[in-house]
Amino acid sequence: MGIESALGEGYLTSRVDALVNWARANAAWPMPMGLACCAIEMMAFAGPKYDAARFGSEVMRFSPRQSDVMIVAGWCTYKMSHAVRGIWDQMPDPKWCIAMGACASTGGMHRSYGVVQGVDNFLPVDAYISGCPPRPDAVLHALMKIQDKIKTEHSVLLDA
Amino acid sequence: MSSSPAGSLSNTIEEVTKHHTSAVIEAYTSSGDTFLRIEKESLLAVCSWLKEEHDFVYLADIVGADRFTSDERFEVIYNLLSLKNQCRLFVKVRCDEDAPSLESVTGIWPGANWKEREVYDMFGIRFENHPDLRRMYLPEDFQYYPLRKEFPLLGVPGSIPLPNTTPDAD
Amino acid sequence: MKLTDIQSKTESTFFPEHQGSLYKSLEDKHTTIEEMDDSDPLNAKMVLNMGPQHPATHGVLRLVLQLKGELIEKAKLDIGYLHRGVEKIAENKTYQEFMPYTDRMDYLSPYSNNVALCTAVEKIASVEVPERAHYIRMIGAELARISSHLLWLGTMVMDAGAVSFFIWTFKEREKIYDIMDYIAGHRFTVSHARIGGVANDLTDEATSAIKEFVDSFPKQLESYHKLLDRNRIFFDRNEGVGVLKTEDALGLGATGPVLRATGYGYDVRKFTPYARYDQVEFQVPTRMEGDNLARYYIRMEEMEESIRIIRQCLEQIPSGPIRTNNAKQAYPSKDEVYYSMEGMIHDFMMTDTGICPPEGAEAYHAVESPKGELGYFIQSDGTGHPWRLKVNAPSFCNLQILENILDGEMVSDTVVIIGGVDPVLGEADK
Repeated sequence: MGIESALGEGYLTSRVDALVNWARANAAWPMPMGLACCAIEMMAFAGPKYDAARFGSEVMRFSPRQSDVMIVAGWCTYKMSHAVRGIWDQMPDPKWCIAMGACASTGGMHRSYGVVQGVDNFLPVDAYISGCPPRPDAVLHALMKIQDKIKTEHSVLLDA
Repeated sequence: MSSSPAGSLSNTIEEVTKHHTSAVIEAYTSSGDTFLRIEKESLLAVCSWLKEEHDFVYLADIVGADRFTSDERFEVIYNLLSLKNQCRLFVKVRCDEDAPSLESVTGIWPGANWKEREVYDMFGIRFENHPDLRRMYLPEDFQYYPLRKEFPLLGVPGSIPLPNTTPDAD
Repeated sequence: MKLTDIQSKTESTFFPEHQGSLYKSLEDKHTTIEEMDDSDPLNAKMVLNMGPQHPATHGVLRLVLQLKGELIEKAKLDIGYLHRGVEKIAENKTYQEFMPYTDRMDYLSPYSNNVALCTAVEKIASVEVPERAHYIRMIGAELARISSHLLWLGTMVMDAGAVSFFIWTFKEREKIYDIMDYIAGHRFTVSHARIGGVANDLTDEATSAIKEFVDSFPKQLESYHKLLDRNRIFFDRNEGVGVLKTEDALGLGATGPVLRATGYGYDVRKFTPYARYDQVEFQVPTRMEGDNLARYYIRMEEMEESIRIIRQCLEQIPSGPIRTNNAKQAYPSKDEVYYSMEGMIHDFMMTDTGICPPEGAEAYHAVESPKGELGYFIQSDGTGHPWRLKVNAPSFCNLQILENILDGEMVSDTVVIIGGVDPVLGEADK
């Protein structure tokens, strides 16, 4: 394009990128994979005191087809891992994953035969939250980190 | 029958020793709880007698334990409750390591269904005449019995597969 | 549809033997002789899988339902999606090290699980607990009961459709979280109870926060009653739904509010009182109908009784030590640990070896958790690690009842019934 040769490579796409990323970051609907105790803190994160809706996560969409961010909250067993992976595969791109709590990040205190020692064994995790369970403020912090990550993506170039 | 819980429990132990003398191996108390160890062949007879005659209508729990001895390796403990007499009795049975099996008490207490399935899942003790003996917690494809003492805590790698992470695999 | 048709359509790509045996056992349940008509698709029966990930199953519960239209003919449950082998982990930890695992089992009311483990170990090792610790444990356990019932109320009514209720009950739960923060330092999974007492004393801030909560909560409870008690929609959704018959309840092993809704007034706090429950006055609510509405009323009344118990505890609580002084049985206080050699050595020995009950001892102790009778059966081999620790989880017993009461209900009532039974999969799956 002519304007690109004048203003530098990728100027137009980067402006479009910024707009698209701003829209995506401020409307990241979570898909709560609430497995165990961290799910209760995730409910508190969506609750009235630590409101997730003011960050753009307006609704917790339990359907994978309608959500952007999957929050894995709680320990994932080998038996459950297939269901979690199936849900992840059903989520449309672009998607991100937050491993909430020590159990989802590394298996936590449950070092035994039933628990997968970290969901990153079968999921591509973008943000890890430590804590057992992490305070809802920590989950908000992770959501903000994901928003920062979204804002640096090159969406248009990939889609084109 | 005396009205206090301790009195009625000792009464129960006396009567069970009288009626089922060949079945009772020992009766003792430990930390305030009363245990009754019986022969595994007379499990159904003693349990139904306890339910009919002494009002132990509530089965609270079935506990499996691995004694890790060479004979009579496994132990199954039935946690019985009598609401009328306000007392609790533990009935113990032992069984061997090779092909361990016991009679199922689901005919007496239907609630024993899941509890026996859990003992089967964790120890491998089969229950005869159980309506639906499947594993409780672990998938059927799992080959081992986790709560046996020789099973390692961290499990056997590869015993339960993880999902595939490449898009074109099944 | 024949079983083979169902299986080919639902051919899952993982754990084939597990899926196969589950669907086969569904087919075998109440086996009927009548043939299904293959030619007419409207006469066919459908197998519906409410999978492990579902917004309205409380945790990872999987239901396989065989439907005839909207009516559930047979239902089977598949649990174990949260099984971590907590009992095997217990065999490798000391009794005190196991405390955080108990929090994570019934994670809606962590304090009562802590009290359950403590009382069981204290029974098997004959540990004396000072008076003040008993009252602090009672206050914590009753606050945990209120917190658990509030979450039950919020999620059950949200699943029935009224979403704002969830926000209101969570507002109250945040107040309880603040109190727990003052008492134990953690909002949620407190591991406050220690073997031989509690971890630390109640500060003045904690006591005043508890008093404030106790004064303000009954009004909130009244407003919930006002909304739901005469609500036509709530009644229609809950009356006569999920009935557990009185003659079946004991045989099936129901426990907690589910059992009390069928008429049996079995409450462990009255049956074998622990921790000074025999010195506070409270009632055990019971109902006869056995349906979801009865369970609702019982849990609401239990919340009122809990407030009553907490009020009495705050009046009766004596001053004194909060942990037993015996160094072989309980951790010394931090003062002693920092400023005396014996204290430091005892702290080290308690962490390394822990409390050692006598060899061959066995004990069972149950507490009344909000879900029912939570019991710990411990077999000791004389070392600091238990030889066998079995958790008698109330949700496990109550989930078995679901298979019985779901048969014959409408599929749209499933969610409300699961909410009424109030399972916590963390403890059902151990």
